[in-house]
Amino acid sequence: MKQKNDQFEVKVITGNEACAEGALAAGLRFFAGYPITPSSEIAEILSMRLPAVGGKFIQMEDEIGAMGAVIGASLVGSKAMTATSGPGFSLKQENLGYAAMAEVPCVVVNVMRGGPSTGLPTLPSQSDLMQARWGTHGDHPIIALCPHGVRETYDLTIRAFNLSEKYRVPVILLLDEIIGHVNEKVIFDKKEKFELWQRETPDVPPENYLPYKFTESDVPPMVSFGKGYRFHVTGLVHDETGFPTNNSEQIIKFLQRLNRKIDRYADDIIQVHEDSEEGAKIGLFAFGSTARSAKNAVNLAREKGVKINFIRPTVLWPFPQKHVARLADQCDCIIVPEMNLGQMAHEVEWASAGKTEVIKVNRIDGEPIRPSEILDAIMERV
Amino acid sequence: MLDYNKYLRQQKFPLIWCAGCGDGIVLKSMLRAIDKIGLSKDEICMVSGIGCSSRLTGYVDFNTLHTTHGRAIAFATGVKMAKPEMHVIVVTGDGDATAIGGNHYIHAARRNIDISVILFNNNIYGMTGGQVSPTTPIGSRASTAPFGNPENSFNISGLAEAAGASFVARGTVHDALILDKYIEKAIRKKGFSVVEVMTPCPTAYGRRNRIGDGVAMIKDLKEHSVSVRKASKMSEEELNDKVVTGILVDRERPEYTDNYNKLIERVKGSNS
Ligand code: SF4
Repeated sequence: MKQKNDQFEVKVITGNEACAEGALAAGLRFFAGYPITPSSEIAEILSMRLPAVGGKFIQMEDEIGAMGAVIGASLVGSKAMTATSGPGFSLKQENLGYAAMAEVPCVVVNVMRGGPSTGLPTLPSQSDLMQARWGTHGDHPIIALCPHGVRETYDLTIRAFNLSEKYRVPVILLLDEIIGHVNEKVIFDKKEKFELWQRETPDVPPENYLPYKFTESDVPPMVSFGKGYRFHVTGLVHDETGFPTNNSEQIIKFLQRLNRKIDRYADDIIQVHEDSEEGAKIGLFAFGSTARSAKNAVNLAREKGVKINFIRPTVLWPFPQKHVARLADQCDCIIVPEMNLGQMAHEVEWASAGKTEVIKVNRIDGEPIRPSEILDAIMERV
Repeated sequence: MLDYNKYLRQQKFPLIWCAGCGDGIVLKSMLRAIDKIGLSKDEICMVSGIGCSSRLTGYVDFNTLHTTHGRAIAFATGVKMAKPEMHVIVVTGDGDATAIGGNHYIHAARRNIDISVILFNNNIYGMTGGQVSPTTPIGSRASTAPFGNPENSFNISGLAEAAGASFVARGTVHDALILDKYIEKAIRKKGFSVVEVMTPCPTAYGRRNRIGDGVAMIKDLKEHSVSVRKASKMSEEELNDKVVTGILVDRERPEYTDNYNKLIERVKGSNS
């Protein structure tokens, strides 16, 4: 459904549609995927939309191949993305690790459904949070974003591309079945211009180019294959030249830089929406579709005169440790509602370092957490 | 004579390959074919998976991509689609391409995407120490088939043909100059092409199966290979332990990136 005037366009679309549109707005030119519920609409829309902008869509023979093709396309300079859900996300992990290791920008969407295994294909969940962080083997950098509504899905998809280009890192966009399929009214300001970041390119001639150079920023400039800079890309630990190394000093230098490049920019990457009240002693930490119920619960509690400090991160990895630590200092408890058995509560506990009590509100039956359930947890503490 | 050094990253020598390994012969053959066609180094993207042969990409001065085990063709598919003007050549082995990577191999052939696959078939997993592969002959010994391989083996050229490749040839390192021609034809061919190269792994296969060193293995290859023409007159029984060499398939079929570009033109046309 669409309404138009000169300045605004009003659309009623789903999160999956917003993700596809956001990717196109970010300059997506290559998508490889594999059918899986509840993410398939993203592939379907892009199979329709990409050719019109000269972009390429391919349905690969499996999820592993789709992730591989995305990396290949990014290496020749296309902004590239894949989308999947639980079981498919498990299969992506092999080449997701490659993208992290070889520092190839790309975006991986995971529309979370209930797990483990085939789990609950048509029902929402937030149980892939740890897999998003640690799903592939080895110490590696990663960024994971998690929107709580349709408009935010659009914005965060653009941001996912920007961050992946800026830091040469795979960025995971965590939707869930609710966000993916819910229809919401979205208002697009046609004059709104999005800042689009591109990978930094080298300012040296090919003979001086080091594809994995140690630079002040820790993010080496990147040039696409086929531009006269012939270099080697591998998933093996490599030195500045890009070739494999077994040298202890080089291994340490490389792996430290690889991980540091995200750690040191955590403050720039992390975004947290804070809705706090002076003197509130109850903290609430919620994200993704659960944050919608949390917002509702906060309003209901405030109507009853209860003060709440509510924080809602849109970036889950790197984890907003400082925000949680501050919340832990202010509050007697932090309530963490999530559709899993307590994956983020565990992180919140770690970040609050024993300074406050962490209260879990969980659902694992494919049903959203209702505002009343969060409100109950709040009122128990009053 | 061709100056191979023009194409090699000499600072990366010595090669990791064992003495007597056939992989170097294939490398030289590939470089002769590339030189003959006259491709520039910048327009070649060479993609490999994991294994002894896949280390080749580290030694050649092209745009080189050393990927994960079995996935070279999947990465190559992304490269080729996103930049069709690039000449994409995949270097892979029997285990890499037809065990862990079998799915990508057959589907790339089905799409008939313009990628040339040089498949080093040494009938074994060399790098990991001689485990049984999909092309290890039945009865042969491997570190994971100590009593002889109880499994049937793959005809991997036949697989590519059945799946839809435009060009398929099988050669051996014994006939390296003929191999040049197959590789040249494969690269020139618009569509998915496979050159299956029979190459010895004395370290992990020859020794365990008492065939001998690299030279003995190449002689053995020679004795067991017959041309397609000869083979057509032989019985199945006679062909049992033979390697059939020659151009097995050379046909015109619609190519995938071409088809996709036409689709783009069509969509753009109907939008304007
Ligand atoms: S193990 Fe076999 S295939 Fe590998 S380098 Fe040695 S001889 Fe060649």
